[in-house]
Amino acid sequence: MALPKYTETHYRIWHYIYLTICAAVFFFLIAPLFVIFPLSFNAEEFLVFSDGMKRLDPDAFSLRWYQDMIYGTKNPWGLAAKNSFIIAIFATIGSVLLGTVAALGLSSRHMPYKGLIMAVLISPMIVPLIISGVAIFFFMAKAGLAATHTGIVLAHIVLGTPFVVITVTATLSGFDHSVTRAAASLGSNPVNTFMKITLPLILPGVISGGLFAFVTSFDEVVVVLFLAGLENTTIPIQMWTGLREQLSPTILAVATCLIVLSTLILVTAELLRRRSERLRGINQ
Amino acid sequence: MSSENKQILTTDGIPLEVSLKKAEKKNKVKAFLLVAPLLLFIIITYVFPIGDMLMRSVDDKMVTEMLPKTYKSMETWDGEELPPEEVFEAFYFDFQRLIEEEREGKLSTQLNYTKNGFKSIIKKLRRKSKSFEEGNYKEQIMAVHKRWADVEYWRAIKRRAPAYTYQKYLKGMDMYENEKGEIVNVAEDRRVHRILWLRTLEIAFFVTVFCFLMAYPIAHLLATLPMKYSNLLMICVLLPFWTSLLVRTASWMILLQQQGIVNDFFVMIGLVSDDNRIEMMFNKTGSYVAMTQILLPFMVLPLYSVMKTISPSLMRAGKSLGGTPFIAFWKVYFPLTIPGIGAGCLLVFILAIGYYITPALVGGASGTLISNQIAFHMKSTLDWSFASAMGLMLLSGVLVIYWLYNKLVGIDNIKLG
Repeated sequence: MALPKYTETHYRIWHYIYLTICAAVFFFLIAPLFVIFPLSFNAEEFLVFSDGMKRLDPDAFSLRWYQDMIYGTKNPWGLAAKNSFIIAIFATIGSVLLGTVAALGLSSRHMPYKGLIMAVLISPMIVPLIISGVAIFFFMAKAGLAATHTGIVLAHIVLGTPFVVITVTATLSGFDHSVTRAAASLGSNPVNTFMKITLPLILPGVISGGLFAFVTSFDEVVVVLFLAGLENTTIPIQMWTGLREQLSPTILAVATCLIVLSTLILVTAELLRRRSERLRGINQ
Repeated sequence: MSSENKQILTTDGIPLEVSLKKAEKKNKVKAFLLVAPLLLFIIITYVFPIGDMLMRSVDDKMVTEMLPKTYKSMETWDGEELPPEEVFEAFYFDFQRLIEEEREGKLSTQLNYTKNGFKSIIKKLRRKSKSFEEGNYKEQIMAVHKRWADVEYWRAIKRRAPAYTYQKYLKGMDMYENEKGEIVNVAEDRRVHRILWLRTLEIAFFVTVFCFLMAYPIAHLLATLPMKYSNLLMICVLLPFWTSLLVRTASWMILLQQQGIVNDFFVMIGLVSDDNRIEMMFNKTGSYVAMTQILLPFMVLPLYSVMKTISPSLMRAGKSLGGTPFIAFWKVYFPLTIPGIGAGCLLVFILAIGYYITPALVGGASGTLISNQIAFHMKSTLDWSFASAMGLMLLSGVLVIYWLYNKLVGIDNIKLG
């Protein structure tokens, strides 16, 4: 963004103001995440930087909150983490299966009432979570699935499929349908064509949709608050209770782990997106 | 020659047109069958339950079913003076049955919604009615408490006769139907919901404006920088986007607390004195700051994807034709970004209007939104029909924006990441 030499002074000034504004916004976006890291290593139980930490005194730092997270007595995090992973994994599988198949149908130019059906399928992403939570709670209570893992998994499939539908239809929009016709003309049946030709090509979209579904389920708290019993507690529920009752540094240790997890997911998603764009011939 | 002979036939002798139509139909069915499982799943677990919410919000069968005889005998009562003996008698028998089924508590809760003061007199009636003698129930019930001899309370019971009601919607707008059946506002000091609706709109609006003002410059920077820098900066946008909402809210709770870093900084630069730190959490400021940061990526991404498609030569052309950079920006670049602005603003507004978690944690009493009220009625007062009514009022607003979004942007154009 170097300015040409002939730029007049007031545009030059304006340009630097603009860059400063941008820097400030980026700082506002990313900086809050970084206060969590150092404080999670705090040796004291207050959520402020102690004098020792400001002097970078090694004694002011400790891993005690991480120990508490893993070995603490009456510790809910182990059960919560187990539940969160189980629920998120099953919800992801369900969302990916239903969403990918639906996206295949939606990308067909023969699909009737495409707009209307798309609007219905995407709606769980748009409708405020509190409303989804209330509605799904009524349904699960009637179906006898409240406070069960099954109920929460089903609810998260509802919330996760829109992401899969969107990412997979986006991938399919650049898909060259003549390759499937070529496969058919060479005698391949539709299932075989899908597994050998279509799926490998749309796989990046499917996986990134799956990642969205996973994160949606893994972070989801509003619907779970309505549905979960004591046995179904998840990480977000424990964080929610912790943040409302007593903000202990153990929560920050958990939060740090979650940030590391989301960084990993972000990197995976970015790599997949680039691979997908390369495969579809964008950016060449 | 008849027209039949002109038709082109396929090898099996069927006219081509028919054959094509058949193939077309087959393709349609095929496409639909692929979508069907998800559509069915969403309809059963999501669309129907929202319909169920609608039913619950207008459902008022509970009282109707609890007092069947009373309502039958009330049909002829005009409501001017105290009801006749037969109504009292019917009420007594309905009430005895409720006591047997241990449901009189529910009745008192329900009637108390209609008129305050039912709770205590129903409790008293339950105690006294054990020693009632047969016959002349009117006198005996009226003797229990003077309110049972007040015609207002009987009118209140009668008002609950219909099986459906829109009372909950009126309540959501701080209105009610008075004894004469007119729709009036509740007393000034009890208008809690209207304040909440206005505050929800206000916060959603300003969060959208703040997000727009902050997202526009950085989306522009991301779209104009060379790839290798913009990819790096994009992480600053995407990392918060992928990070748990609760983690981001927690970080704001740490930053904004009175002994927090933001206040430390203000003290350091001398903006406030050490014993006079600003309260930024548990009020509106908390909601504004945290929601803006959390929703910012949803504004940046649509703006970025639109700006990426604008060729830089357009700005150069504008400048070469004599426009100053500002005019070139305003007349050429800005109009081209309007689709992105529309998409981003609608998305952020929709998300902000239904926000629950962040306001509940950092908003305090003055920063909570309508969603928090819905959750409160679902979890604390257990008035589920009222929660449903408020939810549907919110939903109808969101659906209007969703429809607008679909018209302007198209839902298949939503971009993720």
